Amino acid sequence: MTFLKTSVAKKVAMALSGLFLVLFILVHLAINLTLIYPGKEAFDAAVEFMGTNPLIQIMQPVLALGFIFHISMGIYLEWNNRSKRSVKYVNNNPKVASSWASRNMIWTGLFVLLFLIIHLLNYFVPFKTQEVSDHYVLVTGLFKSPVYTLIYVLAFISLGIHLSHGFQSAFQSLGTPRQKCHKFIVYSGNLFAFLVALGFSAIAIYFYFN
Amino acid sequence: MKLNLKIWRQAGPNAKGQMVDYKIDGVESDMSFLEMLDLLNEKLISKGDEPIAFDHDCREGICGMCSLYINGEAHGPDKLTTTCQLHMRRFNDGDTITIEPWRANAFPVIKDLIVDRSALDRIQQAGGYISVNTSGRTVDANNIPIPKKNADMAFDAATCIGCGACVATCKNASAMLFVSAKVAQFALLPQGRVEAAKRVQDMIAVMDAEGFGSCTNTGACEVECPKGISLTNIAILNKEFLLAQVK
Ligand code: HEM
Ligand code: SF4
Ligand code: FES
Repeated sequence: MTFLKTSVAKKVAMALSGLFLVLFILVHLAINLTLIYPGKEAFDAAVEFMGTNPLIQIMQPVLALGFIFHISMGIYLEWNNRSKRSVKYVNNNPKVASSWASRNMIWTGLFVLLFLIIHLLNYFVPFKTQEVSDHYVLVTGLFKSPVYTLIYVLAFISLGIHLSHGFQSAFQSLGTPRQKCHKFIVYSGNLFAFLVALGFSAIAIYFYFN
Repeated sequence: MKLNLKIWRQAGPNAKGQMVDYKIDGVESDMSFLEMLDLLNEKLISKGDEPIAFDHDCREGICGMCSLYINGEAHGPDKLTTTCQLHMRRFNDGDTITIEPWRANAFPVIKDLIVDRSALDRIQQAGGYISVNTSGRTVDANNIPIPKKNADMAFDAATCIGCGACVATCKNASAMLFVSAKVAQFALLPQGRVEAAKRVQDMIAVMDAEGFGSCTNTGACEVECPKGISLTNIAILNKEFLLAQVK
């Protein structure tokens, strides 16, 4: 356990949990896209599969733990790092040297967390506790509210910004050979971040207007 | 040219410091930044005031002694440049310039603009060397063939002058760029491989104990480093650290 005490190991754990969440987001996006294409039947089938497949049932608590770990470690690291400079600069100009996304991971992360809580209350809790007769209606119905749709879109833009730094950062923390892969990783990370933000938002906006 | 300077003054390690305003006239554009401070100090001394304490030694960009957070940037606005190599032609007549010491709990202020960077020395002492017996039977290093790429990367890593700008500029006050340069410089060469696993673990342990933050890969260090030490070294450090766990 002395291993996990070092700062570098904590970063590795952060990277692994982040990449695990990336996989989850990918699956989630794929399912949501079926809302639009092919449509209701495919979505219902996907929900049915997610609700009954034994492997998915095992993965659910793992995912919950992944989220809890990622969030608590993220908050801990941020808090810990902030404590390392008690006297602040009077004049500091960080934007010349680093991206906004990289400096504000905690805020984009916390905004995603806020949305996550709303999302769980709106969808996951009814799904687990009561008989939901029609998932398609439940999901698309939520997008009738302009406030919900707005928070939804902002949350995924936030996640996109989070990933624009987080994706490549995770690989750097894992020590991938930077000279060989860095450009490719940055490019795919940005593409992925963009597609996540665009994909989820587009679905929400589509159902708001239809 | 005339300048308005806002400089951090602090009488000692435990004294309360503050920004003090100074007006200075007669600054030449071909003066270095430190010569400008020398000029200010001469004026202060002739008035009977305490001169401003700041670190410097070689004044040719190779020793790593000079520091200063100038207008919100480590070593000032020029890239790949130490404060001693920054020149006043970079500034305009009438400019206001803020000058602060490196800020990090691991770098406590000694006086005014001077901070204690011995934490970096202690990290270095924990493993930033190779153990060779120099009893007379040493083998010439050049007898061992080394791929050109590795030799170049090791050399680039070895150009770190230990100035601490990476720590000063990092939002987490992390020393990862410094430590990674010291680790990579040896990890890339056969002589350094022998103790690689122990070195990386020992140096990281001291880095953490000295109160530096952890790296979040913002990349600010690489941009502000006067020697252009690359983030590649941090990836190498992370890889070496993970490899050391399975050894
Ligand atoms: C589905 C949601 C999320 C995904 C896919 C995600 C993904 C990632 C990834 C890939 C990283 C990079 C890891 C690294 O730098 O090594 C990261 C870092 C981070 N995440 Fe998230 N994240 C999510 C939600 C959150 C939430 C809810 C928080 C709330 C606090 C959060 C806070 C952070 C912080 C603070 C970091 C930076 C940590 C560091 O670099 O030390 N994330 N995230
Ligand atoms: S890595 Fe660069 S900024 Fe950091 S101590 Fe070395 S030379 Fe200075
Ligand atoms: S005084 Fe030596 S590097 Fe600046």
